[in-house]
Parts: sequence; structure tokens; C-alpha cells
Amino acid sequence: MNATRIYAIFLRQIYLMRGSYTRIIPLFVWIMVDMVLWGFMTQYLNSVNNAGMNFVPLLLGAVLMWDFFSRVMQGLATAFFEDCWTRNFLNFFATPLSTGEYISGLVTTSIFTSIAGLIAMILFAGSVFGLSFLSYGVALFPALLTLFLFGIAIGILGITLVLRFGPAAEWLIWPMPALLSPFVGVFYPLSVLPAWMQAVAKILPPSYVFENIRAIVHGQTADAAGLWGGLLLSAGYVAFASWVFARIYRYALNTGLIARYGSETVS
Amino acid sequence: MTILSVQNLSKNYGLKRTVENVSFEVRQNEIVGLLGPNGAGKTTTINMILGLVTPTSGEIFINGDNSTKTRAKTISQTNFAAVYSPLPGNLTVTQNLRVFGLLYGVKNLKSRIDELLKEYDLEIFHDTKCGVLSSGEQTRVSLAKAMLNQPPLLLLDEPTASLDPASARDVRTRIKQFASGGTSSVLWTSHNMHEVAEVCDRVLFMSKGKILLSGNPKTLPQEHGKSSLEELFIAVAREPLTLEGQKMEAHA
Repeated sequence: MNATRIYAIFLRQIYLMRGSYTRIIPLFVWIMVDMVLWGFMTQYLNSVNNAGMNFVPLLLGAVLMWDFFSRVMQGLATAFFEDCWTRNFLNFFATPLSTGEYISGLVTTSIFTSIAGLIAMILFAGSVFGLSFLSYGVALFPALLTLFLFGIAIGILGITLVLRFGPAAEWLIWPMPALLSPFVGVFYPLSVLPAWMQAVAKILPPSYVFENIRAIVHGQTADAAGLWGGLLLSAGYVAFASWVFARIYRYALNTGLIARYGSETVS
Repeated sequence: MTILSVQNLSKNYGLKRTVENVSFEVRQNEIVGLLGPNGAGKTTTINMILGLVTPTSGEIFINGDNSTKTRAKTISQTNFAAVYSPLPGNLTVTQNLRVFGLLYGVKNLKSRIDELLKEYDLEIFHDTKCGVLSSGEQTRVSLAKAMLNQPPLLLLDEPTASLDPASARDVRTRIKQFASGGTSSVLWTSHNMHEVAEVCDRVLFMSKGKILLSGNPKTLPQEHGKSSLEELFIAVAREPLTLEGQKMEAHA
């Protein structure tokens, strides 16, 4: 791994963002829409429930974390698409750049964009709706790290699909968080799900995050084994996604797909 | 001294043989033309040298190093420019040169970029996005990028295809200077036979994935009973089997 080459990939993305507000605005607009929507929803739920339950850390906090996961995934995918749209793979992969360095550059970009979004969400949700991230305690660290790693893994799997099937497969990437959310219990406990959905939830790291967040809000202690297990599972997903990407890249070199990327006809 | 050595290189896509048992060398300070009709296998050969396509069989050595085994090292000694691969249009000229300079590990990058902007008459475009440049200007940016690391092996795939005659002559002069000074060599594909005759020290004619002829572009046509390189090119494109037969007879 060469740090200069990783920096070059990151620098290209910084140049792109610096050169166009249309790339910066989406980093904040959608998450702010979610914060406003779910912020008022939780305020309304707080006003009508008789049990005295506080929905702000329960629902708004969960939405914030799920948005963080989505931003991580989309940050990586969008950086990849910048090269896809400009047909830049030929230029990049004809240099000494390795796939590991390229992915690391995309991950660095994703760290930068997702943390910017996370800070904006925390400040907004805290100042307007009184959400305190500190109320989750030390569990917050493994929870965010799990969501970050899983976002990276799903992002890498998504771009692998696009590398293999061409730019038209882009539509497969964007709905991924929406497809996963019913299984991981962002809004409800996993116990309400049918058995087969609970079985799927067990292999998805965010399930452990949201179950623990709910437990903490209800005054119970976090399940440390579950949290760290989820983190380990996320790391496993990253390793698996990287392996799949490397295999598909080798396939692309064998079939000439990299050199002819964009044709969509290579099968 | 041999800069590039290609040994028994083949590439199959399924049952289709795109490149078949190709061997050649490019020596220091030499400009070698890789010629042939569309679909002859020239670009596939260049892509294999650049590591963008995995060969089915055969080996590539750059400055003595096997490119499959030491990719980062060997590729850092190459660079390329191709008419079909412009630099990203959404970055400025300087931004593109900086990103690629970092990827190639160029020392004193800022001063190298300044030199190239001057050499390729790009100073006034330094802050202009590449996508709004004319095709000729984009070609000059691609060539500037190809010279960033002063590569021992420069691969050029139809570098003058979109240039007007005056600009094309300028580019040819620069590349000849580049190859004659220092320790560099060039592998060049072009469909402009006058250009090839002017620039190349040696040419390789490819057709249907094989190298059929090689030699000095100034004497090769006469050796095969043709009046010009263009006539020879047409003969290779239309009657590759005849020329292959001649080649085998010559070997016998």
C-alpha cells in the first residue's frame, strides 16, 4: 500500500467537491430532511404517548445512525461513480495504482463525507430536538464503528456489481439501505419480525446496534458480546467484500472489461 | 539495451484469438510503430503491456523485470496516451496532472507540472477543466500526463488522431526529441503511414493477432514489392495470408 497513491484518489474527490456545489449540497440535504421529518415525528409521538417514553433517542437517534450508515455506503459508491461516469478506469489502472490503494482512497473519501454529515446531523438534532448522543454511553463507539464498517462493506459490494455488470447496474446500489432496513430493526425490535426475518437479521451487523440502542434507551445494560460480535461481523463483511471485488477485478482484467469499461456488452 | 521485451504473448477471448504468439522488443532510444488494420490486436497488445488485460500466455519484461510479478515497479516505468482515453473532463489541467503525478510518484511534482505546461503550450489552460478543451488541446494534456514521470517506455495509441497537421507535426517533433534524449523508448500505433515513416525507427505489422512483418519503414515497402508504406499496409490488411506465406518462405 502506497499512501501517496491513496492520497491521489482522495485528492481527486476533494477537487471534484471543491469545484462544484452540486456535489457538496447532497451530502447534507437528505440527512437534514430526515432529521426534520423524524424530529417532528418524535416530538408528536412524545406528546401523544401516555407511558412517558422519550422517542427522541429511540427513533431520531436510530434514524441518525441509519443515515450515517447510508452516507458511508453512498460516499464510497459516489466516489467510484465519478470514475465510472468519466470512464477513468483505463487511466487509473494503467498507473502503478493497486486495487487495494484505489479502494482505500474511496474509503478515505467516504470517511471524510460521512463524518461531515454525521457532525451536521448531531449538531442539528441536538440543538433543535434535544438529542444527546452521550445518552448512549460507551456503546456508541462500537455502534458507530459497526455501522461504518458495514457501510464500507455494502459500498464495496455495490461497486463490485457495477464493475461486473456495467454502469447500468447503478440502480442496484442506491436502494440497498432501504432493502436492508426492514431486517435490521431500525424502527422496531427484532422480536416483532417473523422467524425467517429474524434469522436474516442475525447475519446483519446493524441488527446488534439497534437492539442495543433500544436496550440502553429503556434503561437496560448493553449486550457487550452482541455489540462486539456485530463489530466483528462487520469486519468480516469488509474482508468478504474486498475479496469479491478483487476476484471481479481479476475477471475484468481477463475479459478486457477494464479496458472497454462502459460498453455494458461484455459478459 | 532492451527496454521492452514481449515474449510469445497471446490473448484469447473465449474461442476468439485476439493476439497470437507475439514476440518483439523495443530498445532504448527507439521508436517502434505497431501497425495494422482495425481489430489486428494492437490495442490489446498495448493493454497487456499496461496490465489492463491479463495475457492468456506469454511474458512481458520492462527493463528486465517481469511485469506480472512486479507490476507496480514495471508500470511506474511506463506511461501512455491514447485518443480513446482522455483525462477526466471534470478536473482542471493542473489538477489532473497533480493527481496522475502523485499516482506515478513524480518527484518535485509542482516544478515538473510547470515545465510540462510550458512545453505543451498549456499555461493559459492550467485552470481550465479538461472537458471544455478542444480535442487537440485535450491530446496535448494527455501527452503532458504521459511525460510526467519521464517514462523509459512510452506507449502511444494513435496520439495524433485528433490533431490538425501543424499540431501533429509539433507532437511528432516532441516525441522524437523525447526518444532520442535520455533513456526512453516509444511504442506507437498510428494509421497515418506518412507519420510512421517519418517518426519510427522500426515498424511491426500486425494482422489478425499476429506480427506478419517487421523492419525499417523506409526500406520495408520495397523489400515486399510495394511503392509505399501505405500500399504495404493495405496489402497486410487485405492479404495477410500471402504475407504470412512470404514470411514463412523467408524463414525457410
